[in-house]
Amino acid sequence: MTAPSRLRVDGLTVRFRLSDATVQAVTDARFEVRQGECLALVGESGCGKSVMAHALLGLLPGNAEVTGSAWLESGDGDAVDLVAAPEEVLARSVRGRRIGLVPQSPATHLTPVRTARSQLEEALRELGNPASADDLAARAGLSPADLDRYPHELSGGMAQRVANALAVAGDPWLILADEPTSGLDRPLVDATMAELRRLADDGRAVLLITHDLRAAERVADRVAVMYASRVVSVAPAAAFFAGPRHPYAAGLLDALPSRRFTPIPGRPPELTRLPGGCAFLPRCDRASAACERVPELAEPPEPAAPQGAAPVSPADRQEVACHHPLKPLELDRNVAR
Amino acid sequence: MLRADGLTVAYDRHRVLDRVTISVPPGEVTGLAGPSGCGKSSLARVLALLLRPAAGTVGVDGEEIRRWRHRAAPALRTKIALIFQQPRLAVDPRFTLLDVVAEPLRVARRPLDRAERLAEEMGLTPDLLTRRPHEVSDGQLQRACVARALTLRPRYVICDEMTTMLDASTQALLVARLEEYRRESGAGVLAISHDTELLDRWCGPGATVHRLGPAEAGPGQADGTGGTWTRT
Repeated sequence: MTAPSRLRVDGLTVRFRLSDATVQAVTDARFEVRQGECLALVGESGCGKSVMAHALLGLLPGNAEVTGSAWLESGDGDAVDLVAAPEEVLARSVRGRRIGLVPQSPATHLTPVRTARSQLEEALRELGNPASADDLAARAGLSPADLDRYPHELSGGMAQRVANALAVAGDPWLILADEPTSGLDRPLVDATMAELRRLADDGRAVLLITHDLRAAERVADRVAVMYASRVVSVAPAAAFFAGPRHPYAAGLLDALPSRRFTPIPGRPPELTRLPGGCAFLPRCDRASAACERVPELAEPPEPAAPQGAAPVSPADRQEVACHHPLKPLELDRNVAR
Repeated sequence: MLRADGLTVAYDRHRVLDRVTISVPPGEVTGLAGPSGCGKSSLARVLALLLRPAAGTVGVDGEEIRRWRHRAAPALRTKIALIFQQPRLAVDPRFTLLDVVAEPLRVARRPLDRAERLAEEMGLTPDLLTRRPHEVSDGQLQRACVARALTLRPRYVICDEMTTMLDASTQALLVARLEEYRRESGAGVLAISHDTELLDRWCGPGATVHRLGPAEAGPGQADGTGGTWTRT
């Protein structure tokens, strides 16, 4: 059985009006994050994934126009639409309480002039959580002595754990991690991913936004790929890394040093002048006349299943926005070629 | 050959490099791996002649660097380019991307016309070149930084975690561009990263990859604990 949805994003669109242009930062995004799972949202820098995170937190600048919906649901009737909710609601009951943020670069996220303990205690007090800072820190893998240090006395890994403890201080349903591993070395990335996994296993929903495919591979249950403001693929992690169906996703994986280490030809379009059809068309070797139309995110037609094979379960379904999706495991043939 | 001998670097009393020796031969890629905080970036700054070591010598093509102030003399420094991890901290926020790429030419009082072509080779369109850093993505800004590093055709290029902030496709693209420059110019490249998978792929067969351990591990070649390995 599929776990209940915690975050349901539908038709989310973000536009920035500039004096001479419109930035199409997020277009018609649709995905959900379920209880107990980690969804990784991956894509190149500038594809709109951080804008998505800020839109969910209601932290976009004043010239942003947001449409669509993003329902945050407790599962027992308590639900709030993050797009429609007024700022007071977001400030009073969403940020920190229903959504916990794991920030990029935890060391700079902390106030340098106060100890970790004082910051954690403040968060607990403001959020009305009766738990003690020591308990929360112990769950994040910190000793009480660590809490008495100032941020500059913490190693990168310890600062990350303090940030994690802060993110769960309000016992949120959804953890939003925005590039939490940027600039960290591999052991720290692994530790951060293990921590996110633990939060998901505790029954929270985790949305991990990252450009680091290998970090995503370590922790994600499902992977969503964003390209030029659109979500172009949503797939179970194992199926995604073994055989992505979207040509862009296949190109990203092929660029990894452990695979072909070959960049995708061309460059992504500017978000101020997106083409009318599929935005990946100019870089795609599978493109045809059909690609002049924007493809919908949908399940690709499956080749006939072999006799006796189990039908694909809902949890294993891949969705792609592509008129010519790759066949399952076609990537392997490309690598061999 | 770009070479450092017995290099020691300390900030106040905190010693980050302890008698490290490393050499970067021209025409080859040399790798340098090590965890966060082991002194990789300090080593990069010394080799780029931007930081005077507490002890030890640096030589460029057989000539030992003398008369350091905080840095070495500018004429010597143009032989060596350094590409940083975070492009946003490595450019003047008031410059357009074209200004960023052309800056070394301007400082060296050379004609600026080459800058546009170099930027073009990095996939920066004329439209992008008129923008300022806050109007472009990390990947686009790092492309400008790579173009800037190659503007004066350096003999050595030091890439200090050049692609850590970037997605896989941009990473592969920047590495391919540097490899193209190395083959065409015969320059030496020092590839610094905590990512051994990347270094293994970047440094071809037969290349040397050094591993830098923490300074507390004691003196040594650029290999405090892990030693040097050769790609086969």
